[in-house]
Amino acid sequence: MSVADPGPELIQLLTPEGERVDHPDYSLELTDGEYRDLYRDLVLVRRIDLEATALQRQGELGIWASLLGQEAAQIGSGRAMAPQDMAFPTYREHAVGYCKGVDPLKMLGLFRGVDQGSWDPRESNFHLYTIVIGAQCLHATGYAMGIQKDGKVGGDDGEAVIAYFGDGATSQGDVNEAFIWASVFEAPVVFFCQNNQYAISEPLERQTRVPLYRRAAGFGFPGVRVDGNDVLATLAVTRAALDRARQGEGPTLVEAYTYRMGAHTTSDDPTRYRIASEVEAWKLKDPIERVRSFLHKQQLVDEAFLAEVEAEADALAARLRAGCLAMPDPAPSAIFDHVYADGSPELDAQRESFARYLSRFEEAGTDAR
Amino acid sequence: MPAETLTLAKALNTGLRTALERDPKVLVMGEDVGKLGGVFRVTDGLQKDFGEDRVIDTPLGESAIIGTAIGLALRGYRPVCEIQFDGFVYPAYDQIVSQLAKMHYRSQGRLRMPIVVRIPFGGGIGAVEHHSESPEAYFAHTAGLKVVACSNPADAHWMIRQAIASDDPIVFLEPKRRYWEKAPVDPDAEPYPLFASRVLREGTDCTVVAYGPMVRTALDAATASANEGGRSLEVVDLRSLSPLDLGPVFASVRKTGRLVVVHEAPGNLGLGSEVAARVQEECFYSLESPVLRVGGFDTPYPPARLEEEYLPDLDRLLDAVDRTYAY
Repeated sequence: MSVADPGPELIQLLTPEGERVDHPDYSLELTDGEYRDLYRDLVLVRRIDLEATALQRQGELGIWASLLGQEAAQIGSGRAMAPQDMAFPTYREHAVGYCKGVDPLKMLGLFRGVDQGSWDPRESNFHLYTIVIGAQCLHATGYAMGIQKDGKVGGDDGEAVIAYFGDGATSQGDVNEAFIWASVFEAPVVFFCQNNQYAISEPLERQTRVPLYRRAAGFGFPGVRVDGNDVLATLAVTRAALDRARQGEGPTLVEAYTYRMGAHTTSDDPTRYRIASEVEAWKLKDPIERVRSFLHKQQLVDEAFLAEVEAEADALAARLRAGCLAMPDPAPSAIFDHVYADGSPELDAQRESFARYLSRFEEAGTDAR
Repeated sequence: MPAETLTLAKALNTGLRTALERDPKVLVMGEDVGKLGGVFRVTDGLQKDFGEDRVIDTPLGESAIIGTAIGLALRGYRPVCEIQFDGFVYPAYDQIVSQLAKMHYRSQGRLRMPIVVRIPFGGGIGAVEHHSESPEAYFAHTAGLKVVACSNPADAHWMIRQAIASDDPIVFLEPKRRYWEKAPVDPDAEPYPLFASRVLREGTDCTVVAYGPMVRTALDAATASANEGGRSLEVVDLRSLSPLDLGPVFASVRKTGRLVVVHEAPGNLGLGSEVAARVQEECFYSLESPVLRVGGFDTPYPPARLEEEYLPDLDRLLDAVDRTYAY
């Protein structure tokens, strides 16, 4: 079996055709309203992503890391989290941030180059984006160890953590060390790997000789492979893994089997390393189409609802666009802010010196930059 | 508590103990820090008294020691991480430099990283390779980190307590060849500020700046010079390598007109280079000679049988003082 073959162990509750199927280990009972909410989430985050890509194409963002194709993996896992659960994202988890209540506009700041993350992770329980591949898995594990020390496992007030990472990250030392630490300390963390088949240009076969979810066994905790384009299965599997963590039963590796429909980032050209037919094949597994199809078949939605969601997406995109264009550049003095918690007389002196330097240009009526 | 005569290692131990007693969020974590008490016994007895939850024997992985400490700090803890030897810190370099150092900055001040990274550093103990290095410049070069080095038992006790109380990440360098040197430590004394350099011996002819293990060497050189009816050396212990507190150094150089900086680390782009650059900016008209640096050679750390030749000693230091008089 190829490592890229989803195989019979793929957990699925909703087929690409929109058929609801049963799984012996995972069940999910949702109300009609909850099904509709998931659809709405998927549509809105795809729209956020498309608008951000457009803003990059128009020069308003320096770069954008698209989540196109990974909406179900992110919404399913994001909606599985309780408010007290903490998420440690890579730089692509815009839909998880959306689930955690972070204003999507704030997620543009890093890519526009005006900040390096302006939301408060303590309020949203959504950590800042981490760009060094895999590094956040250790932060997530340490945070989960802190949950244990606070006595927040095994009871009704249990908390858990999700570490997000990709297939490429599984080759990093930090990710493997995180697996070991979490296993040895039985930390309440879910390792959520979005296997989108590519690490920029490198296919899965360049990272592994075994299906990724099976790696967990070697570290001493369960690993499962879920259809990452199936929002229902992802929700059910992640919820079970989080519950397990909260009960003090330790980590789980969830491999969400999905596909990066777009480029790695807006700077990437995927036509150099993958063929169009592969992308076409994955289009048939689209995470949103199958939910829409299911909703139609079950007669859970009417045209008015679908139009309402579209209108909401339009309004969100318009707000994002206006907000992005209005985002001011930070003042030059911001370079020196927040380097140290306890302040720094040396940097205060550099800030003042730089301000004096800039003011000379203002006096002369020229621009220093 | 009256002043007690302690080894530098024991002074660190009592400092860690006090910090663990006073703040339940303080954790000690690293390889062999628990049952064994650390390979230098700096954490001796702490796990027995504070439990495995607070004094944590970690798996072997330096990157993970720092990476999980970051997560624990995000959760409100104050981890004190031990890196067993200087030469083993590099697997953690990414977590220290890319993650730990930048977290407060990139979070616009929302996320604090009260983490201490303890590293026994420097040579002189006849060890095999990777056990005698002086990596301070790598960390002092990184904005967001603070770097301090203690040189004597009293400073060791107080500086570790002050470092743990700080809300900034601090690389805490311990002069391993001085671990067994003894001096009185008064745990009730008014502590000297953490990020301040200190004149340890006054003199009139030449200023000698040192830190960590070289402070003892500098003091011995000053004594030898005085005993031989030679020159009167003023010795400044930098104590903090980032930020540098050079006010006392400038004042000293304005008095003596001469400066020699000594460290075990290679001279090329070492702390001595930065001190020299800043002293010539601030004290240009007071200098009677160029600032001279005495350091390890620009080589990898040699096999132990050569370390006496490699490491700066009293004679090389006094030779440099002599050379400042050649101008």
